[in-house]
Amino acid sequence: MENENNVLEVRNLKINFNTYAGTVKAIRDVSFDLRKGETLAIVGESGSGKTVTTRSIMGLNSPNAVIDSGTIMFKNQDLLKKNRKEMDAIRGNDIAEIFQDPMTSLDPTMKIGKQIAEPLIIHKGMKREKAYAQALEMMKLVGIENAEQRINNYPHQFSGGMRQRIVIAIALVNYPEILIADEPTTALDVTIQAQILDLMKELQAKTNTSIIFITHDLGVVAGMADRVAVMYAGKIVEYGTVDEIFYNPKHPYTWGLLNSMPTMDTTGTELPSIPGTPPDLLDPPKGDAFAARNKYALEIDTKQEPPFFKVSDTHYAATWLLDPRAPKMTPPEQIIERQKHYAKLTHKAIDEHKDKHVEEQEEQL
Amino acid sequence: MADNAKPISAGDFKPVSAADRGKLDSEKISAPSLTFLQDSWRRLRKNRAAMICLVILIILFILAFGSGFFETHNPNATNPNLANLPPKIPGIDINGFNGTIEQSGTRVNAYVQAHAGNAYYILGTDYLGRDLFSRILYGTRISLEIALIASFFDLAFGVVYGIVSGWMGGRVDTIMQRIIEIMLSIPNLVVMVLLILVLKPGMSAIIYSIAITSWINMARLVRAQTLELKNQEFILAARALGESSWKISFKHLLPNLSSVIIINLMFTIPTAIFFEAFLSYIGIGISAPQASLGTLINDGQKNFQFLPYQMWYPAIVLSVLMIAFNILGDGLRDSFDPKGRE
Amino acid sequence: MVKYLGKRIFYIVLTLFIVSTITFFLMKFMPGTPLTNQAKLTPGQIHQIYKQYGLDKPVWQQYLVYLAGVVHGNFGISFQFSNQAVSYLIGSRMGPSLIIGGQGMVLGVLVGLVVGSLGAVKANTWIDTTATIVSILFVSIPSFVLAVLLQYYLGLKLRWFPIADWGGFMYTVLPTLALAASPLAETARFMRTEMVDVLSSDYIELAKAKGLGKVGIIYHHALRNSLIPIITIIGPLTVNIMTGSMVVENIFSVPGIGEQFVKSVLTNDYPTIMGLTIVYCAMLCVVLLITDILYGLIDPRIRLSGNNN
Repeated sequence: MENENNVLEVRNLKINFNTYAGTVKAIRDVSFDLRKGETLAIVGESGSGKTVTTRSIMGLNSPNAVIDSGTIMFKNQDLLKKNRKEMDAIRGNDIAEIFQDPMTSLDPTMKIGKQIAEPLIIHKGMKREKAYAQALEMMKLVGIENAEQRINNYPHQFSGGMRQRIVIAIALVNYPEILIADEPTTALDVTIQAQILDLMKELQAKTNTSIIFITHDLGVVAGMADRVAVMYAGKIVEYGTVDEIFYNPKHPYTWGLLNSMPTMDTTGTELPSIPGTPPDLLDPPKGDAFAARNKYALEIDTKQEPPFFKVSDTHYAATWLLDPRAPKMTPPEQIIERQKHYAKLTHKAIDEHKDKHVEEQEEQL
Repeated sequence: MADNAKPISAGDFKPVSAADRGKLDSEKISAPSLTFLQDSWRRLRKNRAAMICLVILIILFILAFGSGFFETHNPNATNPNLANLPPKIPGIDINGFNGTIEQSGTRVNAYVQAHAGNAYYILGTDYLGRDLFSRILYGTRISLEIALIASFFDLAFGVVYGIVSGWMGGRVDTIMQRIIEIMLSIPNLVVMVLLILVLKPGMSAIIYSIAITSWINMARLVRAQTLELKNQEFILAARALGESSWKISFKHLLPNLSSVIIINLMFTIPTAIFFEAFLSYIGIGISAPQASLGTLINDGQKNFQFLPYQMWYPAIVLSVLMIAFNILGDGLRDSFDPKGRE
Repeated sequence: MVKYLGKRIFYIVLTLFIVSTITFFLMKFMPGTPLTNQAKLTPGQIHQIYKQYGLDKPVWQQYLVYLAGVVHGNFGISFQFSNQAVSYLIGSRMGPSLIIGGQGMVLGVLVGLVVGSLGAVKANTWIDTTATIVSILFVSIPSFVLAVLLQYYLGLKLRWFPIADWGGFMYTVLPTLALAASPLAETARFMRTEMVDVLSSDYIELAKAKGLGKVGIIYHHALRNSLIPIITIIGPLTVNIMTGSMVVENIFSVPGIGEQFVKSVLTNDYPTIMGLTIVYCAMLCVVLLITDILYGLIDPRIRLSGNNN
């Protein structure tokens, strides 16, 4: 592992899918780190490769997926080199996953108590009674009332929100190091969404689990994530802390995403959207994949893929706009507003820091 | 870093005009776009077994319906002198096809024994000296006719029944479903036998009895699918726009039912062929002297120990017919609903 | 549940009533009387026989008498075997049919389940292909062809099993095999489709995410969920077995109701045909009722809604 604080390091991951029409280049050179106890949000449109990335971490990609290159390092071992048995031992124990649709992700003919206890029996070799006792604890922890009675219920006897709580209980029952949440609230009502997100944050604080949070909903990201990676057409185009991405975005695609998200200040009559559709990954375009939809595209975007440019120690973006030779472009108005807000934020932080420093000095005196 | 093979010039950092960006054509789709039927046909064509069966069925259709051209003899002409002759194909000298037969340990030429002269029967003759090949062709034609008739009733009656029942809903649906439930609790064969007894055995009795039993499954499946489609947005939209029920049925419902209908049709056909053969086999189907694969098997079975070809050939043709329809049906189902197979 | 049962039993009675009525009037239109098979008789004898069968009364009276008889399990007297009650005839022949039918069903379904699940688990491998070929063959080759081949090769040539007689388990083997083919194939096909469906479902994905191995996933999650719908095809399979038994019993000389049915049809023994028709329908209705109840008992989703109703 390159960094002590990292629990997971993905490097140069490339994944192709063989289909009748040809090879779909679903993941085209993706690298990222996941730190201990943090929440990393991966944001992007459908088909941008978010889910394929996490499936590769779980070793659950469909049989026609081919790993072209790359490594996924976890506890100093490359997950991509592990066989099925070894991955079975990791899944549900060290790395767990929550799926999108709680209505279909529970076995309809098995009592939920058994479904929650299953990972304990598999990985910890627990006896039935002990596993059920722990499952019961877990049910209480995720906020299921009357857990003692409901442990013998079947999934169809629960509402969608309750089922997602059960799925979370199943995922966390072994206190995994990494939890992958693949759009865990998309299928739920908005009010229930907030409850589930709160629950996840609460449990993360208790268990110190690192979360990879997959979503297309930036609104959810703001309250949930520590860092954000924006994916487009099988690549990460920008990553940084949540504040950096929200208030100082550099990539035109991130601008588009943020602009299409309504905020409290949105006053216009029409919500701006990103024109066009993502490129066909059977035949990815030359240069920057986003160029065709990009109002700020440069000639170079059509010829050569942009490398990552460093914005800060934690913030990188892959756009030629950051090249010193590029002309000055004015981002959309809303983004300028955001950047102003960001400037205020950072100044405040510096001021606070100064004040503190002064206070300390005074105390010393 | 991306490949830096080409040097970057300052001119490269010019903004691209909106018009030039249009040329980048992000909407271009590399995979050819296929309609539902084209896509299904593509998948079916890749299914080798199904395609072989399709070809076999086409050949059998041509042979059976053009049997006037292929028949080497009149299928019903008896010739007691030339009874029970084994298969003989001129120019082929393999036991089983050269007109010889095992008799008390030694091979003898049955054709010479019967003074058959230059006559030959490529699949031999039966106990009355009738040409087996011609009779099998005739029997195959009966089977295929039954198949067509059963399909017709499936489409004409089953589909309509199902759509009406599903579309009307309410009381009409309840009553129509009760009728189907009662039909389902009587074994099909019993219904057929009763009808045939009333109508006198023969082709028309078989047609009526197959007509009355074959549509039920189709009606059930079409009804279920109609119920599902009825509440989908595109149908609701058509209703909201004030289109008549008739128009909706033909323009919106039928195209969406087509896969269910085609798949089920492919399973009705072998069932109908089986029932005809079955009834003829037990002796209340196609009556003598007409041939049916069922009667041929029954006749051949009596001599199976000594003249096995008399049962083998009609049995093989019947089985091939059934297998071909079943595999083609499976292939169609997989190509319409590719979930299960690659 | 009680209400549901009551409703179902009412419909079964209604069905049987309709079937009895239809068969009765169909048979009234038929040519042939008990005398068709007899040689010359004096008018006195004819009158005597008509009286014996109740044929001297008006049709509607005959109908009422017949219905009353059916309710008491009395289907009249056989034309073919004079003086023999149809109900006695059927009763004495029920045993062998139930034995080979039951054995064929159990064997076919069990083997079919194994073949079908193997095909699904090893989808798109040679195992799947073999399983598919086996089920296509067994679903396509008519039972009467299969029965003749079994009889000739396993019975006559290899002499593994006795043929053309009845008595003891060994005599049931070949008919059982011949009958098992169809349910085997149907079950295997259904099971494969069901299991492929289940294996691609979200909860199997979650089970994989739990770290459950392949065996565990199949044993704990996939099998149970794909087995439940199999219950629904038991009814249609029963029909297959009934149909098959008519020729299979005939070929292997099993003294069962299937053989009797064909014999009665060929000799215009109307009372027996009517009796057997009602018995077949009654058996099928009972099987359908049992499988529906079973389905409700096993599937937790239906179990609950059943209680609410």
